[in-house]
Amino acid sequence: MALDKDKAISFSPMHRLQWEEAQDKYVILYPEGMVELNQSSAEILKLCDGQRHVNDIVVELEQKFSTSGLADDITQFLEIALQNGWIKQP
Amino acid sequence: MAGSNNLKVTPPRWLLAELSYKCPLQCPYCSNPVDYTQYQDELSTEDWKRVLTQARKMGAVQLGFSGGEPLTRQDLPELVRHARELGYYSNLITSGYGLEEDKIVQLKEAGLDHIQVSIQASTQELNDHLAGTASYQHKQEVARLVKKHGYPMVLCVVIHRENIYQMPQILEMAESLGADYLELANTQYYGWAHLNRDLLLPTREQFEDAEKIAQAFKKKVEGRMKIYYVVPDFYEDRPKACMNGWGTTFLTIAPDGVALPCHSARELPGLDCPNVKDYSVEQIWYESKAFNFFRGFGWMQEPCLSCDEKEKDFGGCRCQAYLMTGDMMRTDPVCSKSPDHAVIDEAIEAARKAALQGTEKPLVFRNSKNSKKLV
Ligand code: SF4
Ligand code: SF4
Repeated sequence: MALDKDKAISFSPMHRLQWEEAQDKYVILYPEGMVELNQSSAEILKLCDGQRHVNDIVVELEQKFSTSGLADDITQFLEIALQNGWIKQP
Repeated sequence: MAGSNNLKVTPPRWLLAELSYKCPLQCPYCSNPVDYTQYQDELSTEDWKRVLTQARKMGAVQLGFSGGEPLTRQDLPELVRHARELGYYSNLITSGYGLEEDKIVQLKEAGLDHIQVSIQASTQELNDHLAGTASYQHKQEVARLVKKHGYPMVLCVVIHRENIYQMPQILEMAESLGADYLELANTQYYGWAHLNRDLLLPTREQFEDAEKIAQAFKKKVEGRMKIYYVVPDFYEDRPKACMNGWGTTFLTIAPDGVALPCHSARELPGLDCPNVKDYSVEQIWYESKAFNFFRGFGWMQEPCLSCDEKEKDFGGCRCQAYLMTGDMMRTDPVCSKSPDHAVIDEAIEAARKAALQGTEKPLVFRNSKNSKKLV
């Protein structure tokens, strides 16, 4: 499974992305498990809304954090997210 | 109090709400206490809501509704809704018995996140024999409906000597039902399973063959189905890290409101496990004798106390130590460093003999008639 640049990315309906006050971080919840996210991973996943493509996400986050050169890191993380089933593409 | 007071206590993350000991099935490996008929009282809806609220506030986020059979509680949808409002990720752990499509839809609307259906075996005959009730066809149907209504489908099969030879068929069944998660849970020998151990414990050869098949399958379905394989620790030389450490992560509330650091802890003597009717979850978690009893390392005996692996496995399971050696403070006898390790070999040998030569003992099914006899 590889990430397709030409397809929109959505967060998996089989998982839940949620802010946990007690842990002061975002987590992914799924049957029998929980993954704790750092801030940048959470920012990326929040943009996986079924509309945006990889490029849209990169542009948006580079703008938000007034920086550039995020493409590689973001793509790498999304590949992992796809393998773990956290996100999907049509 | 045996536990140490000067360690940092982490809040609970997982809450297991055992709603009721009532169950239409009679699995001979059931982890409920053998004397469950003694605890007939059940918490009220308001009690459960208060417990869910208190534990959530402390940081619990994974929630299991189990039992017995949680579907026997008429207020289940109400509790599910309350849990969703609080932000829990909730799981219904059910035999599927009596679960109809309208209930599946109703629970989804109330905010249930997933349903774990247990199936006893891959054939109707064996399933119905083990469950003590004709339930196979209906369970298969439930598994399909769970999927149809958009839940992640978690299939659970408890593995033991009577069904371990069906491993290839069990895996096939999981695949054809389209399970997203498959839990292959080798029986843990507490409660009723402890009682029936000679008849349930597989031989080492059976266990190793089955494990090979399961591991190969795991590779094959990678990316489509996630497999949780729970090892039977009798064939390991280190014990499991019980509960991720006593009083660190898991909180179980029994049907009558007794709070347990692990779901078998009722079997341990002298813990005085507190009841949520008398104390808040916070008081129970931080202050009670039971939850502090095996926290940290202060309570340990040798060889655990000076062992460099104690932070990995916390000396193993207290219930297993108690059931197998009569002393809950001892090293889990599964550990090859334990001076009691021979009891494990004896148990394996006794089960092997029973497997080869047969035994006079029949399986003791989990039902109230047998439970009353065992009190
Ligand atoms: S293990 Fe079997 S008998 Fe025990 S609660 Fe579960 S379904 Fe009921
Ligand atoms: S001696 Fe105790 S701490 Fe060491 S490995 Fe065995 S059970 Fe674990």
